[in-house]
Amino acid sequence: MRVKYVLSEVLVGLWRNVTMSIAMIITMAVSLTMLGASGLMYRQVDDMKDLYYKNIEVSIFLNQEVSEQERTDLDTKLNADPLVKDVLYVNKDEAYKRFKEMYQDAPDLVNAVKPDQLPESFRLKLNNPEQYKDIYDQYKDTAGVDEIVDQSRLLDKIFNILTSIQNIALAAAIVMAIAALLLVANTIQVAAYSKRREVAVMKLVGASNWFIQAPFVLEAVVAGLIGSLLGLVALVAAKYLLFDGSLSALQGLLSPISWGDILFIFPLMAGVGGLVSAATAWITLRFYLRV
Amino acid sequence: MIQLEQVTKTYPKASRPSLDNVSVSIEKGEFVFFIGPSGSGKSTIIKMLLHEVAPNKGRVVVNGKDVTSMRSWKRPHFRRSIGCVFQDFRLLPNRTAYENVAFALEVIGKTKAVARRVVPEVLELVGLGGKEHRYPHELSGGEQQRVAVARAFVNRPLILLADEPTGNLDPDTSIEIMRLLDRINRTGTTVVMVTHDSNIVNQMRRRVVEIESGRIVRDQARGVYG
Repeated sequence: MRVKYVLSEVLVGLWRNVTMSIAMIITMAVSLTMLGASGLMYRQVDDMKDLYYKNIEVSIFLNQEVSEQERTDLDTKLNADPLVKDVLYVNKDEAYKRFKEMYQDAPDLVNAVKPDQLPESFRLKLNNPEQYKDIYDQYKDTAGVDEIVDQSRLLDKIFNILTSIQNIALAAAIVMAIAALLLVANTIQVAAYSKRREVAVMKLVGASNWFIQAPFVLEAVVAGLIGSLLGLVALVAAKYLLFDGSLSALQGLLSPISWGDILFIFPLMAGVGGLVSAATAWITLRFYLRV
Repeated sequence: MIQLEQVTKTYPKASRPSLDNVSVSIEKGEFVFFIGPSGSGKSTIIKMLLHEVAPNKGRVVVNGKDVTSMRSWKRPHFRRSIGCVFQDFRLLPNRTAYENVAFALEVIGKTKAVARRVVPEVLELVGLGGKEHRYPHELSGGEQQRVAVARAFVNRPLILLADEPTGNLDPDTSIEIMRLLDRINRTGTTVVMVTHDSNIVNQMRRRVVEIESGRIVRDQARGVYG
């Protein structure tokens, strides 16, 4: 009977003040969506870092007038370098083949470039991609070297952008969370006010504190859980419409977000939504009802 | 049953204490009136017995429990041994007489079956047999106070506190309520009543403790209003 009483009080509570309940649920949903998106991006960036840094190369381009001797010296030196894991020599023909592959969608560009215009190069895999600077310092003045290009620098820029998007989502989540918390506090106050007579009698006859608080706290928790469900729906929609839809062209660049990732992030959203609402409601009641 | 030992209470921002070094001892089964003008500190005593207000100095013991040092989480259970009646009845307007009394049982964990057995009994005792399903607005003031008494007594408390229970009632109805409280007292329940209804005090001839400006000025075994 007590469980039934508490549950019916929760539904009555949410319904009594339905506009406020909806406002509370919507802000909660937006906040949790942002939180979920931020969590997904965190995993996404991690995945991408793993993926890209594994394949990252430092390219040492040789200038056009490089001599046979210089090339051999450099090759020996690179092979002996403890920083270097792997060395691949790319001659002009190989470079042209790669170039054609890379720009196969732009035949005009390919036609404009002749095989001997492309520089030959050494492609290095480093034991630790972050030691690029040491490689650069060591080889930039070596005879025959034209330019040293580090792919990880480019990637860092991309990752910086992704990280800032993630931070923006997180910041938006926090701001919306504050709004959601204030709405929860307000809703609980209104609920407690509209039940002040019952609460006064309950306190008087010695109802236990948890029994007085439970309907209010659960009301907030239910709102939080509904909010997180809506957030899940929003994330699913975002994957469906954005990643599989208009952004699908970037699929090769972005590592894919699986349904599993989204389902994995849902407990986080539901947990944060439920716990934060419960804590807010409980603290509000402590101040407002003094129970 | 109830001991106040040199109790002093000064509310914040108050110029003088509401209770000033008050000592009273009430035995089990006694019927005690606390009388005195408004603001004399009578209601503060009721609040202290309910663990709503803590004294600044002194000790309050109710039912063998030291209320002064009681932690607030123990308050709910402590309250179950005390019934309470107020001037303004404090009934739930959207519940019938039966539901009002049953509510008090159900929120402390009693089952509906227990309520079905006990509530009609106690409503019969307070003289409301046949009016169980009336709402408070369908009852007279006296009848509403009977519901409140039924609610306070349904749990068979050791102590019944009544804070001006006849304050809103006409003299005849007041006397009926007093008869009811007297009957409850005869079952062995200690009754503590705060009032300034001189008629009632004079008719009942029970122990009277008079308070003025926070001090006890009279404590008389079979007293009158004076």
